[in-house]
Amino acid sequence: MKRRDFIYLSGVGAAGAAILPGFSASGRPITVEEALTPIDVAFHKKMADVALNAARSKGATYTDVRIGRYLNQFVVTREDKVQNIVNTESYGLGIRVIANGSWGFAAVDRLDSDNIAKAAEVAVAIAKENSKLLSEPVRLAPQKGHGEVSWKCPIEKNAFEVPMKEKVDLLLGVNDAAMKAGADYITSLLFAVNEQKYFASSDGSYIDQDVHRFWPAFFITKIDAATGKFETRNSLSAPVGMGYEYLNYRPQDKVQVQGTTSLYKGRYDMLEDAKAAGAQAGEKLKAKSVEPGKYDLVLDPSHLWLTIHESVGHPTELDRVLGYEANFAGTSFLTLDKWESKKFNFGSKIVNFQADKTQVGSLGAVGYDDEGVKCGQWDLIRDGILVGYQVIRDQAHILGLNASQGCCYADNWSSVQFQRMPNVSLQPGKDGKSAEDIIKNTEKGIFIVGDGSFSIDQQRYNFQFGGQLFYEIKNGKIVGMLKDVAYQANSQEFWNSCVEIADQRDYRLGGAFGDGKGQPPQSNSVSHGSSTARFNGVNVINTARQI
Amino acid sequence: MPILTKDQAQALMKKVLSYSKADECEVNLNCTDGGNIRYARNSVTTSGVTSQTQLVVASAYGKKLGIATINEFDDASLEKVVRRSEELAQLAPENPEYVPFLGPQTYDKTETFVPATAAVTPKLRADLVAASLQTAKEAKAIAAGFLEDNSGYAAMMNTKGLFAYNTFTNTNFSVTVRTEDGKGSGYATRGYNDVTKMDTKTATKIASDKAVRSATAKAIEPGKYTVILEPAAVAVLLENIFFNMDARQADEGRSFLSKAGGGNKLGEKMVDERVNIYSDPHHPELPTSSWTGDGRAQEKVSWIEKGVVKNLTYSRYWAEKQKMKAVPTPDGAIMEGGTKSLEELIKGTKKGVLVTRLWYIRSVDPQTLLLTGLTRDGTFYIEDGAIRYPIKNFRFNESPIIMLNNLEELGKVERTVSVESNVNYLLPPLKVRDFTFSSLSDAV
Repeated sequence: MKRRDFIYLSGVGAAGAAILPGFSASGRPITVEEALTPIDVAFHKKMADVALNAARSKGATYTDVRIGRYLNQFVVTREDKVQNIVNTESYGLGIRVIANGSWGFAAVDRLDSDNIAKAAEVAVAIAKENSKLLSEPVRLAPQKGHGEVSWKCPIEKNAFEVPMKEKVDLLLGVNDAAMKAGADYITSLLFAVNEQKYFASSDGSYIDQDVHRFWPAFFITKIDAATGKFETRNSLSAPVGMGYEYLNYRPQDKVQVQGTTSLYKGRYDMLEDAKAAGAQAGEKLKAKSVEPGKYDLVLDPSHLWLTIHESVGHPTELDRVLGYEANFAGTSFLTLDKWESKKFNFGSKIVNFQADKTQVGSLGAVGYDDEGVKCGQWDLIRDGILVGYQVIRDQAHILGLNASQGCCYADNWSSVQFQRMPNVSLQPGKDGKSAEDIIKNTEKGIFIVGDGSFSIDQQRYNFQFGGQLFYEIKNGKIVGMLKDVAYQANSQEFWNSCVEIADQRDYRLGGAFGDGKGQPPQSNSVSHGSSTARFNGVNVINTARQI
Repeated sequence: MPILTKDQAQALMKKVLSYSKADECEVNLNCTDGGNIRYARNSVTTSGVTSQTQLVVASAYGKKLGIATINEFDDASLEKVVRRSEELAQLAPENPEYVPFLGPQTYDKTETFVPATAAVTPKLRADLVAASLQTAKEAKAIAAGFLEDNSGYAAMMNTKGLFAYNTFTNTNFSVTVRTEDGKGSGYATRGYNDVTKMDTKTATKIASDKAVRSATAKAIEPGKYTVILEPAAVAVLLENIFFNMDARQADEGRSFLSKAGGGNKLGEKMVDERVNIYSDPHHPELPTSSWTGDGRAQEKVSWIEKGVVKNLTYSRYWAEKQKMKAVPTPDGAIMEGGTKSLEELIKGTKKGVLVTRLWYIRSVDPQTLLLTGLTRDGTFYIEDGAIRYPIKNFRFNESPIIMLNNLEELGKVERTVSVESNVNYLLPPLKVRDFTFSSLSDAV
């Protein structure tokens, strides 16, 4: 069965699938009551022990077992109707082994002892077959067993527990507000994720984790019937590692930049944003088409997160640097010699990036990664210099590290875990500036809000980004809206053109719910924090065409 | 779970439907076994197998639909899944766009299943990868690649008498070969239903040659160039047309197929008259399922004929509303080509750029289908009918609609795989004038 058909069968219709690119909608639909019933940890330990013992008896020198229960809830509406309400569950076990120095993996969706023992045997057989093609055996960084431990995402309100009527009423209210404000079409959705993950390894770890993610979003279209032109405006929300409390908006969560739109920090006012968006989609139709050329760009965190993701997050992935992703996602310009030199100028002196797997409210926060490593934080770029990468257990020795940095993740029990991006965030400026101070300092610039089109080459040099809202800055003031804007730059030149970063008060998280990487492709959720920042002399192109 | 025969699947689903108390009930049964090997740095990295079976039951009361699934097949489980779908339907809000299930349909059999592919062993996968690794090593280069295969069946039945059944196999392979100094990179991809056609050695040889030949690339100015796009590059551009043929989007005014003042561009000439694009589930080189997940028959459909838009895709709801045929989205697309080989296209080119592959394709403006992305893994400058030297990669900003209006020549059709969607197509290499490269990239 083709993937497209499968999505249809799962009840997630074309609208839901189309606006959640790269995100697996596969899973069996279940009731909310089922989703809220946890599975007994003792049962998982018993099944994990079956797998660990079976693999060892077949010759595995290392084994890890992941039992995953992946719950998704989609509520999708358009204009005045509910399109889809779907609860899905995907539940099964993946077993990864090292035998004859090589990795092997097998996964099963029926958890009984015979089935699991057979999967362990298959994983070992695959490892042994593939060991003939090895150039060197796998070397795992040491990892002590944690015993039986657990971690829970610190949510205030489980999105799965909120009555469906409340969710539907919210979305239909959002749609109504946007339509009244001028939108012609709107699709809105709530997307809740709960990963109940159990990890066990032959190192002696038994780790039970409860991970929550939540994403409210909308997509608006405004049409000029006479000309046939249309413009879109997407929500300025961020997917978060939070519960439903993300929608319990408080006045202190708003950031205002005069002459633009409301921006949100930590909590989100979906209704207000929809109202603004309905009007702004119309303003975009009438906006001035940008004059191409060099501009100073002032980038809001709702936009900058994606530029960080593509130009900093991906090139500092060690698997890319080493060539493991050469056939698909690509390699990286941040080669080991640049790291070894300790003087590679990735960015200007004010540019500091930290990797962090613990940040509260972020998509990447967990207690332990998918190979049993306790998570932490570390520097990637310090004072503009490349100082670190993102590392998992079988790569640590390459950097001379004696431990993994906990960046291993699999998107499902049936997927093989591999190196995935932690939260990577630009550290706030230290000289007390606000976003408005930065705009005041800008002579000829564009203030960009929200993420749009994005593309970057396979070594992460050349990128192009769009956005949602573009405001022209002239002599320190916002003077109006622009359209047809995209900017192109080289990652290193771009980060070296960073001249101002607002302080901690402006710091906000954005993020990707479904970052794709690997073959077969897997999805990862990751946040990127920043404060508003200015980049001087960036090349802006005009994207308007006629067909 | 082993592949059920048509009779076995029919018997199982009849039993499921016998438990139904809803106004309508529909059952889908899907089973896929898959295996893969991934390699990089001339060595295997990950490898595994997965097996998944799923029974999906959709029950409807009036315009209220509930869906539940299960992967256990004893009688009690089958009854449980039917009851659960009925409970969900009772709780669901009414969907004004609900369309009742289809009645009996006629489907032709298509040749989507090849026993040899269903019988792939870990050893065969390892042998195919070993051949690729050996070829790259002989070229003193470094290979990274991915080989995957899957097989299974799909069946559906409903209380209105519809029954459909199909078995399928697929195998896809891709390899990127890089020179040891990292200055050259080449790529090749293959996709088949039949694993015996999979020649990883020849594909890796092509990628290795491109890697060696593309090293020490020169930078030339960005701008408008005549390009020859190999089928893998054509695929990732044209599929943005294929994926955006939805009539509702067009009728609502938010598609490249929308007309100013309302309506869509069905019947209008949008591209060069040599452009003919169709889908055909019976094509011997690209067989696909003869039915869709909602039971509609997949037939041969012309999408663009002599440059004119001939068909759009319709959901069953929108087709009913617009009084049109509910043409489903196809599982593959075919573009008619010419008789010239890639070499002959190069020979007839005075000045131009040969593009092996395009990468990171994203929509910039849905109004014009403007796309951006970059060349990758073998970009060469052509002068006076021959490849003269490798050139640095470019970022492009181009609409496939504008591109198909700037068509110079079409080459011989071949089967290729989109690196963006993994969908297989039959496409020719295209020679196109005034293709817009907007900046240079240092990436190799």
